[in-house]
Amino acid sequence: MAEIKLVPKGKIGITVEAEVIRPDVFAGLPKEEIEALHVWQGPRELPLSEFFEVEVRAGETPVDTKIIIDGDVSRVKRIGQGMKSGKIEILGNVGMHLGAEMAGGSIFVQGSAGSWTGMEMKGGLLQIAGDAGDHVGSAYRGSWRGMTGGQIQIEGNAQSQLGGGLVGGSIIVAGNVENFCGIRQSGGLILVKGNAVRGLGAEMAGGIIAIFGEIKQFCPGFIDAGREENPKVGELQLEGKFNKFTGDFALSKNPKGLLYCREV
Amino acid sequence: MASKNIICPVCGASCDDIQVEMEGKSLTVKNACKMGNAKFQEIVSSHRIREPLCREGGSLRKASWNEAIERTAKILANAKRPLLFLGSETSCEAMEVGIHMAEFLAGIADSNSTVCHGPTAMGIQEAGRVGATAGQSKSRADLTVYWGSNPLESMPRHMSRYAVYPRGYWTKRGRFDRTVITVDPRRSITAENSDLHIQLKPNSDYELLSALLSLLHGKRPHPSVEEVTGITIAEMEEMLSMMKSCKFGAIYVGLGIASSYGKHRNAELAFNLVKELNSYTKFVIGALRGHCNVAGFNQIASYLYGFPFGLDFARGYPRYNPGEYTAVDVLREHDVDAAFILSADLVSHFPAACAEYLAEIPVACIDIAPCPTTMISDVVLPGVIDAMESDGTFYRLDDVPIYFQPFTNSPFSFTESNEDTMKQIFERVKEIRK
Ligand code: SF4
Repeated sequence: MAEIKLVPKGKIGITVEAEVIRPDVFAGLPKEEIEALHVWQGPRELPLSEFFEVEVRAGETPVDTKIIIDGDVSRVKRIGQGMKSGKIEILGNVGMHLGAEMAGGSIFVQGSAGSWTGMEMKGGLLQIAGDAGDHVGSAYRGSWRGMTGGQIQIEGNAQSQLGGGLVGGSIIVAGNVENFCGIRQSGGLILVKGNAVRGLGAEMAGGIIAIFGEIKQFCPGFIDAGREENPKVGELQLEGKFNKFTGDFALSKNPKGLLYCREV
Repeated sequence: MASKNIICPVCGASCDDIQVEMEGKSLTVKNACKMGNAKFQEIVSSHRIREPLCREGGSLRKASWNEAIERTAKILANAKRPLLFLGSETSCEAMEVGIHMAEFLAGIADSNSTVCHGPTAMGIQEAGRVGATAGQSKSRADLTVYWGSNPLESMPRHMSRYAVYPRGYWTKRGRFDRTVITVDPRRSITAENSDLHIQLKPNSDYELLSALLSLLHGKRPHPSVEEVTGITIAEMEEMLSMMKSCKFGAIYVGLGIASSYGKHRNAELAFNLVKELNSYTKFVIGALRGHCNVAGFNQIASYLYGFPFGLDFARGYPRYNPGEYTAVDVLREHDVDAAFILSADLVSHFPAACAEYLAEIPVACIDIAPCPTTMISDVVLPGVIDAMESDGTFYRLDDVPIYFQPFTNSPFSFTESNEDTMKQIFERVKEIRK
């Protein structure tokens, strides 16, 4: 396996957009060529080496290329955007648009991730050990179709609009979510193990959301659909007694969204 | 000599019937409301900024016009990524020069709607909007809903000129032909003057809208909504039946929708409610825009570059992502390294972290009177008052462009208007960047 290590060279001023940091772009490239890849800082295009030390242990194909980012990259955006294969491991926090539109491969973040992580993701695995910002796995602004495949796992909390417009794939949050989680969801699965503030499943037309904790402001357009014990949602077997609802009747007359709330 | 049909440059109502008589230092204004009159008096006010100022050794000193233009141009041309904040208290013509300059400098262009009705614009992008001009509503509307807005205090002549009291073609008896509903957590004076006040709990607009839509779709909303909103389902049904049975309904949303929790999601659902109400009767919705030309920036930015606010030109083409390229966010995240502020007081109105960063980076501004923003600026250029001292275009709250003509001239020999000042800066910026 090829391993490429990027070590941030100190503090970054204006945020950097680095969609070239992708295993399938790095694969098979010698150190000098990786260093010369262009990133953007505001309107300026600069070589990657301006911001990172690059260490390469060569490999040939994208599939077995692994990028390790050894440090904090919270001011670097678009890492892994559109990647199709390989691995990225980030040993700190990371900025916006991580793994946006990714179609395959995997990303692991030891710290927290910014907003728009996994936006319109199509496949692959995105794991965040810390917290995540807004719009995780959601649709681009103005679009109603978000993530279509793959899996996002967040160990900490996520903020608002998680899984907005979710069409397929799954998102699992071990902590809490804030507002409008799963808004406009039409397919796929969201599991929230903690609490939600408001708008959980708002404007949902299909797909499944399950929550273990409490919802502070329940969406009024969800209608009681009975109780289920240990329901199977998608691939997941849940444990406990759940109240089941269908909705959201606010936006359509015949919605197919399912909301499971565990009894407390 | 009295000048007639002057446009008031204060709020989004753009009243076009103001009469002004200027005799030396005294100004008599007719037809304007209190807010309007106060701004007209600015023209003869003693605290008006009358000459350019430049910072030297920590304090502002008087400077020549050429020096001030030169320093402003240098601040912009030497920045890696400047923020151009094109405030709403000036003409579209001045804003347009600013947006082009932001494109030339690959910077960021934003305006007041970023902290105002930006979420309403985002709601329109999500759901579309059924709208009407103010004249349509005046002639036809027999139901007026103020949702999260208090026009008697924020747009004092809205009720009397456009929405409630005037006699329209199909509303010949004025107020007697109209019903007014106000949705507001506070018992505002607008609410006191309404036929129905829906006094919901703060930050529950989304749930109320959602419940109304569910009722429209024939479902009884989840009972928790009564606790969440503080409104009973029976009251919601009453409100809805008033809405369904009117001949022409008009909703005016205010910042209670756009800037309470839920933001563009509130706006989006309000637009959806109006769309669906059109299955029963004619219904329209619009925003009560605060500042005179806050709608103007949205209009010109949209037709020139495709997005209504928060435009980023870093990559050579316009990009839009509120929360990433918007003024508050780029200042809080230290993602710009200089700022130019036209006719707006960001230091007073933005979060403290943004104001602190503005005090750190080079800033140039155009303003008519001293304010916290001029105090932290490195260059202050005196502003010309649009609609009083120079001509141009404002967009009214209903997105109708209003051409205004002044009743006097710019008091300065060095500039005719803010548009003129903007052009002079842009010329120098181009020369420096050559
Ligand atoms: S309502 Fe607005 S535009 Fe009309 S006079 Fe008052 S401040 Fe001016």
